[in-house]
Amino acid sequence: MLQSTIAPSPSQTVLYVADAARPRRLERALEDISTGFARWRLAAALARLDIRNRYRGSVLGPFWLSLSTAVMVVALGLLYSTLFTLPLGEYLPYLSVGLIVWGLINQTVTDACESLISAEGIIRQLPLPYTVHALRCVFRNAAVAAHSLPLILVVFAVFGHLPGPEALLAFAGLALVGANAFALSIVLGMVCARFRDIPPIVGSVLQLAFFMSPVLWKPELLGDRRVWLPLNPFYTLMETVRGPLVEGGAPGVVWLSAIAFTLLTCASAFAFFVRFRGRIAFWV
Amino acid sequence: MPRIRAEDLAIEFPLYHVGARSLKKRLLARTPLRLKQDESNRVVVAALRGLSFGIDRGERVALVGGNGAGKTTLLRTLAGIYDPVAGRLEVEGSVGSLIDPAAGMDQSSTGRENILLRALYRGMDDAEAEEMADEVGRFSGLGEFLDVPVRSYSAGMQVRLSFAMATVIAPEVLLMDEWLLAGDADFMQRAKERLVELVQGADILVLATHDLAVVREWCTRAIRLEGGRIVADGPVAEVVDGMARGAPVPAEG
Repeated sequence: MLQSTIAPSPSQTVLYVADAARPRRLERALEDISTGFARWRLAAALARLDIRNRYRGSVLGPFWLSLSTAVMVVALGLLYSTLFTLPLGEYLPYLSVGLIVWGLINQTVTDACESLISAEGIIRQLPLPYTVHALRCVFRNAAVAAHSLPLILVVFAVFGHLPGPEALLAFAGLALVGANAFALSIVLGMVCARFRDIPPIVGSVLQLAFFMSPVLWKPELLGDRRVWLPLNPFYTLMETVRGPLVEGGAPGVVWLSAIAFTLLTCASAFAFFVRFRGRIAFWV
Repeated sequence: MPRIRAEDLAIEFPLYHVGARSLKKRLLARTPLRLKQDESNRVVVAALRGLSFGIDRGERVALVGGNGAGKTTLLRTLAGIYDPVAGRLEVEGSVGSLIDPAAGMDQSSTGRENILLRALYRGMDDAEAEEMADEVGRFSGLGEFLDVPVRSYSAGMQVRLSFAMATVIAPEVLLMDEWLLAGDADFMQRAKERLVELVQGADILVLATHDLAVVREWCTRAIRLEGGRIVADGPVAEVVDGMARGAPVPAEG
């Protein structure tokens, strides 16, 4: 049997140094992030498998999510437009964007708690950049979102709602949501791997945040107290997408709050990652 | 040039869920040797303690010792999975680990999809992945089963696939846990040939095993671990004969 194995490519010849006295945490964290992003194809392939395995054998697959979101939008739209005595044509576009973007945020944050725990089998067997696991989490949530976001267009078409050119800003809002998704996949992934009580707490916070944020109701109903709303990052992140699409743009203070919150999550994720990256394999 | 250097290397596993103080006390009172409390009052298992060794090109090292001696932990540390809590480790050269060859396998994907996935895990480009798929397909002898989900494979077929995937790349530093020999007789023969090729092609072999016959046959040097420490390090004959004679484990310090 001659040469039945493949020689490794020269780029794989590396020097691995781990020194507890000189941990080079920053350097290794930056290396993890850069090699992790360079290997986005692996993260994408794993995310695709996650989606496929989750809906294995199901006829509609991820389109069940589109369907259930559609039913929810229509039912809640009929109910709350009556409760708030708002015309359906005005309320439903507002509600649909709010519910769908909220669903995206809710599902991403919940999933971010599992980003490292669910990769336990790989983390303890194969040396990979941890960034790959966080990216995998972002990608699989993006894939799920791709099945519900288009419903917004359907609602807009049915009610003849045509947003102006400012609607393009919604993409900037989605980019902010994406940046937060990545940062939270790292920081929540790590915290939840270490403290297993965190995921239920996160779930409760999200549920509370849903009722505290103007998803079903309009901010105007708060009267003067609405000035406090920008302190709710869930609301401002959602509003950076909903504002441009249904309200002719979001106020500057909303953007400011959303961007500040994004910087905060990214900075804390980075600091946490630099400090505790070496401990992840012991936590999962 | 491929080489491994370890100086005073230590790995500790924190027992995170030992919270109750009485339980903590009991654990620490009963086995003071490997369980200890670190500076932040956590109970930790000292998995590896003060390991210093160097492995140079051409050496075939067996890690021997009882269950829980730290063999697999050392392999994982060499592979870069665990960061040492003390000491220094340097590994030069491309590392291939056969610690758990089934790791990263997706049960609902076909054999071919799993091969391409493994290629991605290894950071290969498309051309290399295709080459790997061809070679693994040929070596595993799975034929038409390559296009069937792995879930429906027999245990032997799964071993053939994971063995072929794990051994298709020839690394400079090969880390292996036990000998992974299962499957039908025809495949066993081919698996053995493949391992010989891989072992001979590697510049450094580190093999954790219980099987002293395998150690004698394959290795030039043996490191005996007990309780996370090196208790003997030297030519195979010396170390293995010491074990066979039941040489006492040096007293814990």
